[in-house]
Parts: sequence; structure tokens; C-alpha cells
Amino acid sequence: MVEQMPAFPRSVYRVMELASDINCDPKELVEVIEHDPVLILKILKVVNSPYFSLGQKITSVNHAVVYIGLNTVKNLAMSTATIGALPRKNKAGFDMDAFLLHSLATATIARLFARELGVPVKESFDYFVSGLLHDFGKAVLAHFTPDEFQMALTIAKERQVPLYMAENEIFDIDHSLIGSLLGERWRLPANLVASLKGHHCLEGDRLPLTSVVAAANQVSKWLQIGDSGNPILEKMPDAIAEQFGEDFGTIVERLGGVTDEIEKAKVFIQG
Amino acid sequence: MKITFWGVRGSLPSPGTGTVRYGGNTTCISVETDDGQLIVLDAGTGIYKLSQALLGRLPVSCSLFITHTHWDHIQGLPFFIPLFIPGNRIQIYGAFDPISGKSIKDVLSGQMEYCYFPVRQDELRAEIHYMTLHEKQTVEIGQAKVTTILMNHPVLNFGYKIECGGKSVFFTGDNEPLYNIYSPGDDFHQEYGSLISSKDATLLDFIHGIDVLIADSAFTADEYPAKKGWGHGTFDSCIAMARKAGANKLYFTHHEPLRRDEDLDAIERRLREHYPAGEGMPSFTIAYEGLEILL
Repeated sequence: MVEQMPAFPRSVYRVMELASDINCDPKELVEVIEHDPVLILKILKVVNSPYFSLGQKITSVNHAVVYIGLNTVKNLAMSTATIGALPRKNKAGFDMDAFLLHSLATATIARLFARELGVPVKESFDYFVSGLLHDFGKAVLAHFTPDEFQMALTIAKERQVPLYMAENEIFDIDHSLIGSLLGERWRLPANLVASLKGHHCLEGDRLPLTSVVAAANQVSKWLQIGDSGNPILEKMPDAIAEQFGEDFGTIVERLGGVTDEIEKAKVFIQG
Repeated sequence: MKITFWGVRGSLPSPGTGTVRYGGNTTCISVETDDGQLIVLDAGTGIYKLSQALLGRLPVSCSLFITHTHWDHIQGLPFFIPLFIPGNRIQIYGAFDPISGKSIKDVLSGQMEYCYFPVRQDELRAEIHYMTLHEKQTVEIGQAKVTTILMNHPVLNFGYKIECGGKSVFFTGDNEPLYNIYSPGDDFHQEYGSLISSKDATLLDFIHGIDVLIADSAFTADEYPAKKGWGHGTFDSCIAMARKAGANKLYFTHHEPLRRDEDLDAIERRLREHYPAGEGMPSFTIAYEGLEILL
């Protein structure tokens, strides 16, 4: 089923990468956007919106660059890119809006962790993208095996066990592994793939990206922003607990402005 | 119409002995119309000086048009004293931000958040209204008409045309002439070129026959290649625009922070040599703080 997923996110990653380079080649950016129907659609929608009321219809990405400028198109692509990768509907009764919000909150919190840990800005995009995609495997399960995934959701809820355990019981595989397979297929960087795979392994030494995404996942659940379908709040990963402690309230305070940042990032999931 | 420059500097205020003649404040221009309306273009640090001048004529009623929300065009706003005084009426206009989905009010109130400024927006005592504008929208201020057009900058930037009593002035805000991002051999070179021509034609049509053109001339032609894509024009590109538009008078603004008075004098000498007065050549002046133009 992983093979059947759309291949958009490579462009997402490329947009992120280009956008983090102040000297990025405008041609290259236009080319990446032009190869992603979701990005094109969103950009043209905004440029042709009543906010601009331009005298004529903007019909291509180049046209948009001429009218609203390269930097605005770049930022628009960035804020749109990541979310375009996720299917919006499924038959499993899985609330995709709540799921997207959980993913976005995790992404935002992961980036705040990265800042607190002194990760260079350029690399902090990986933290954001990884947070956004950490539960992507669930979208795959909900999309391709809606009945079974619904069952997993029910088991997790009724027995109060983590969703990945319920998934393992039914599918013999869980969303973190599926997400990592998808990540490999999309040729995401190895550390990002590892973080998708390991975001429920909370013990021992992990790559910083993995530990941070695992921690951000728990913090966003603690804040009850969105819903990942997992009813269980787990502990902080060891590596993060060592530096930040185990108390969620203290961690949120130390990260600073978490809810404000999430509010700001919501533009990513507006239709 | 009386046009006054209160700030002519770009990017960063530049006080010091090297900038006393042209001035070190960032962008702010006031336009007083024949029927006594006060229109202010941008709220760089120059607006602080304007606000001192306005204290003698309370209550103040004015319309403030923000070209774009980069710091050097809004950093004086929290220090615009008339905002604090009850009885004053201030209308603020600007563009919608498509990235954050925010109105001009949302964007500007951000700079008065607790961590940046001691007074919150809610505590300002003047009657303040905000209006988010779209392109080619016209606002009537008394007998004057103010119309917007999108220019080219790394953030959405409106150029504003003010027309009143048969006279007109256009301020570009920050603007870099459009350039082709493709090389001559590339597939899209021609298509992109024609998109630029069409956008340029729209602008020239919009400002055709303007009496006063105030334009962003941050760089010299020599400096430009290293600053391409930064969103600013050159002295030469401004002259070209003025000539094509048939403008009567051109005023250069948005001077680089490191540009000293003698540098600007030298640039002016070179321009006068290179562009002698003659038919089709607008008169041009490097704008300085306190410069007044009567139309």
C-alpha cells in the first residue's frame, strides 16, 4: 500500500530545502512548485483571491512570481507544501482535521525544542517536517484499510492502550514502521526516516531528531491540541527527560509561546 | 497639495555627522491636500518628527497608508503621538498578508505586543480605524483619491497614487524593477519576459503623466548586481521609470544607511552629467528630510 501513496512530499521537502537557502535559484523553486499540483492550486487560489482583485487571472506560477513576487510565492509554497501531502478524507471515521492539528502541533513543538537545543535554523526545518509527518502511517492505514484501522482505534480507546499496540495486534505492523517505509520511498533524509520509525521508542539513546519528535508528540497530546487517535499519554523520552525533566507544564513553559506558535502555524492547515 | 519628506532613509535609521543634511530617519512622507486633508505615507522613524509638528494642531485627523510592513516603514508607528490622544481620528490602510492570512490591523498590532512595546494597542486613546486594501482600490480622502498598485518587493508592497485638484503624486514604496529569472536560452525566457512587459505596461499606464514620482533608489547601478532580488531599485531604474511614465518631477528616496551626505552629493553630480536636462527628462532631486514640494 505504501507504493500506492502519492509522491508529492518529495517536492515538499525540496521546497523546504530551497526556502531555507537565501540565495536559492528562483527558477528551481518555480520548477518544484510546477511539478506539484497541490502547490500550484493553492498558490493560484491565493493570488486570484479577492484580497488582490488583480485585473486579470493569474494562470501560472511564473505569472504569480511576476505579480506578487518571488519571496511571497516562496513563503506561500512553504506554508502550503507540507500539508498538501496528506489525504483529507478516509472511511475509517478518523478525524483528519483533528489529526492534522495534532501533526501540526507536534511539528511546531519539535521546532521549539530544536530552538531550545540550539539546533541551527536550517536544520530546524527537519524537526518541523518530521513532526508533521511522524504519524503519516496512520493516514496510510486509514486510507487503505479503513475498517481495520477503525477497529484499531476502537481497541485503543476501549482498552486504553496506545494506538500503535492496537495496530500491531491487528496489522502486525504499526504506523511508525509504515511511515518510515513511506519516508524511504519519498527519499527523505535518513535521520528523518529514523525519526518516523522511532517516535514511539522512548528508551535509551536515539538521534536527537527522533527523541525530539517523540517528546513533541507527547507534549502536543498533553496540551490536547488536535487528536492523533492515541488515547495514551506516555512518558518523556529518556534523552529529553535528562535535559528538560519529566514535568510537561515545566517543559511547555521553558519552550515558551507554544500555543501562540501553534496558532500562527495553523495557516498550514487552512484549506 | 504640499508634500513633505520626514524620513528618506531605507532599512535602518542612520543618525550621525555623516547624514545631517539628508537626514537619518526612515521612510515617512506627508501629503496635505488643497482641502486640508492630511495623508501620511508610511510610518518609519520620520513619523515621530511629523507627530511633533502635529501637536500644535490638535485634534488631528489623518489617513495613514502603509506601503508594506517591513520594519523601516512601520517602526515609528508606536511613537506617532497623535495615536495616544483622545479626540484624534486616525485611519490606517495597508495590504492583506497572504502568508499569515492577516489583515493590516493584525500585522500592525503585532508590533505593540507586550514584549515589544509598553503600551498595548487597546490602550491607545485616539479613534483608530483600519482598512485592508486590495490592488487598484481607490479610497477617497476629502477631494483626494488614493489608489493602490502592487509593486515588486520581497513582501507585498503597494505603490500609492494620490490625485487631487488636477495634480498627482505617486510613491513606489519599496520596489525593484522586474527582471527575467530565466536565461535567454531557457524554455520559459520568452514567456516570462512577456509577463514582465505586461505588468510593466500596467504600471506605466497607471502612473502616466504623473506630476511627482517618489521612487525607491536604494542602490547605484554599480552596487545593484550584488543586491539583485533584494527588492530595491537604482537611481538609473527610477529615471527610466520616470521617463517612460512621462513624470514631471522625480524624487529619489530610500537612501542606504551607510550613504553619507557627500556620497549622495557625488551621486547627484554623476546623474546630472549622465542625464542632462532636456526634452523627456524629468527634473530630479535626491530627497532629504524637511524637503517640501508645493503642487
